[in-house]
Amino acid sequence: MDGLAHQIVAGIATGGIYASVALAIVMIYQATHHVNFAQGEMATLSTFIAWSMIQAGMPYWVAFFGTIVVSFAIGVVVERILIRPVANAPVLTMVGVFIGLLLIIGNATGWIFGYTTKVFPSPFASDKPLFGGLVSAHELGSTLVTLTVLVLVWAFFRFTRLGLAMRAAAYNPRSARLVGIRVGWMLALGWGLAAAIGAVAGMMVAPVVFLDPTMMLGILLYAFAGALMGGIDNPAGAVLGGFSVGVLENLAGAYVVGTELKLTVALAIIIGVLVVRPSGLFGRVVLSRV
Amino acid sequence: MPTRRHILAAGIAGLAAPRLARAEDLPGVTATELRIGNTMPYSGPASAYGVIGRSHQHFFRMVNDQGGIAGRKINFITYDDNYSPPKTVEQVRRLVEQDKVAFLFNTLGTPTNSAIHRYVNQRKVPHIFLSTGADKWGNPQEYPWTIGWQPSYRTEAQIYAKHMLEQKPGAKVALLYQNDDFGKDYLNGMKDVFGAKFDSAVRTASYEVTDPTIDSQIVSLQSAGAEVLMTAATPKFAAQTIKKVSDIGWKPLHYLTNVSISVGSVMEPAGPERGIGIITSSYLKDQTDPAWANDAGMNEWRGFMAKYIPDGDLKDGNYTFAYGIARNLVFMLEQCKGDFSRANIMQQVANMHGFQPPTVIPGITVNTSPTNFHPIRQMQLARWTGSTWERFGGLIEGANV
Repeated sequence: MDGLAHQIVAGIATGGIYASVALAIVMIYQATHHVNFAQGEMATLSTFIAWSMIQAGMPYWVAFFGTIVVSFAIGVVVERILIRPVANAPVLTMVGVFIGLLLIIGNATGWIFGYTTKVFPSPFASDKPLFGGLVSAHELGSTLVTLTVLVLVWAFFRFTRLGLAMRAAAYNPRSARLVGIRVGWMLALGWGLAAAIGAVAGMMVAPVVFLDPTMMLGILLYAFAGALMGGIDNPAGAVLGGFSVGVLENLAGAYVVGTELKLTVALAIIIGVLVVRPSGLFGRVVLSRV
Repeated sequence: MPTRRHILAAGIAGLAAPRLARAEDLPGVTATELRIGNTMPYSGPASAYGVIGRSHQHFFRMVNDQGGIAGRKINFITYDDNYSPPKTVEQVRRLVEQDKVAFLFNTLGTPTNSAIHRYVNQRKVPHIFLSTGADKWGNPQEYPWTIGWQPSYRTEAQIYAKHMLEQKPGAKVALLYQNDDFGKDYLNGMKDVFGAKFDSAVRTASYEVTDPTIDSQIVSLQSAGAEVLMTAATPKFAAQTIKKVSDIGWKPLHYLTNVSISVGSVMEPAGPERGIGIITSSYLKDQTDPAWANDAGMNEWRGFMAKYIPDGDLKDGNYTFAYGIARNLVFMLEQCKGDFSRANIMQQVANMHGFQPPTVIPGITVNTSPTNFHPIRQMQLARWTGSTWERFGGLIEGANV
């Protein structure tokens, strides 16, 4: 039974990682109705930027917020320069651009920073196990950070004019433009926000999985499963989905299918959700008249 | 296209000079030259290993300066394969078919060598002293042209298993391994020693390289009540393991594959104090160990570095590895006594007895026979003190299976 509790807690901790990346995926989807395959690589690059800042002697929190600002800027620039010209292109073109972005950012990161594993500090450092070794201070802290980001995102979309404008631009660009919203800039802002959330995710993940250019490769797939499970257009659903995937994956790996098929569990979730309930557990069912 | 004149010329040559036909049987060997082929990851994710190839280039320059081997200068041809198996195939075909090397020496990497394993055995090209610890290179029945050098992962696992049975007989043992050739060698090595008791005594958990973390596996192993843990993981996952084991307050007798004992990329990221007491093994002399400060073999290596690679990093263990294996090659080639036919090379490769490479721990010797293609089978254990790996105990030999 002790083992079961451990598996669940460990699952929640990794689930927190998936949840934060899932949140970034949902952000982009909210703003553009596309899934950005380069999300993980962008987050890794942001984490390397934070790492460089810390190496240069900046205090952790200065580097943390500095990285968020820089990442936001990178996100906006990427949208303006690379995505905007193909905004009205077919979906396949977009997919091509996203995959190109993934390769370019991923390899550039390796080229600039090297492939050796690096240590990334945690702001929630403690050397003794909490709650009898059930959870580490960092796991607790990073889960809180994920939830905080979620609340901020929710409040932003719910209570601010800008948030409302962004939602409007995504759901009905034409009407939004007619009421004076600058739709193009709203999309760029969405990219910036997603990149910033990705940066937070990266900085929370790195102390656990260690920093290297391929850090996010495995995580992105699980995060995608989490986002789909919760509903790709629902931030809270995505976070819950991320946590659930973490726990499900651990329980299935430990007691049902064995560790060799853990990744398969994530893929099964993706396919299962798409077949049974494409809008996810909490997503809105969109009906369109044709 | 063979023109009539070519055919005629070849025919006349064949009649007039029967010795020329003999030269055809000796690819890569002339009266003055011996051509050796090699691939290395000079670029790409594993480029840190590229120094091994660089060391060899300078090493053979030294051999040539000293007069070469059996009157022949070594022509060492080495290509970059980017640690990418398809590239390795391309470069090795170039070496064999275009450059016509006598044999391949010290090609690096498990996936890369796997890609050319069948090809070189079909072409009957000696494929010797590979830079990889996989156990499958020692299989003379099926692949008589391939041989490794360093102790295989399987041998290493046998050594740990022997030691843990001695230290904690009857204890429940946990094994965490990467689910591929590398990790499964450790699984097999444990099975070799535990035999019929394996299923009841050992609890295993595997992970995939795509897994973000190994937390769940560690938790499972701990809750199975294991007192001994053996970790067969690559550096990133090894660091995660050391950290997680300490985070959950588990204190097993911990054995760690020597693939992942780098201070910089494993022990320090994991937290040096968390790893105190972890046991690993080695067969090479660690150049930073003060015990070898005045060692004759290591001084020989230092002399080589000072003269031929003055800008090389003396702390990089790849250099001592490269020097030891290259010295072993020279030993074997001298044993060929000037007959560098591919058949004789393989005969001498399988006929090495008691050679002691200068950078290998004293007492460990290279031994092969037509049925034993595992040149080095002994290691010495070492323990992490919080700042360095400290050797202890005598040499342990792998199990006979």
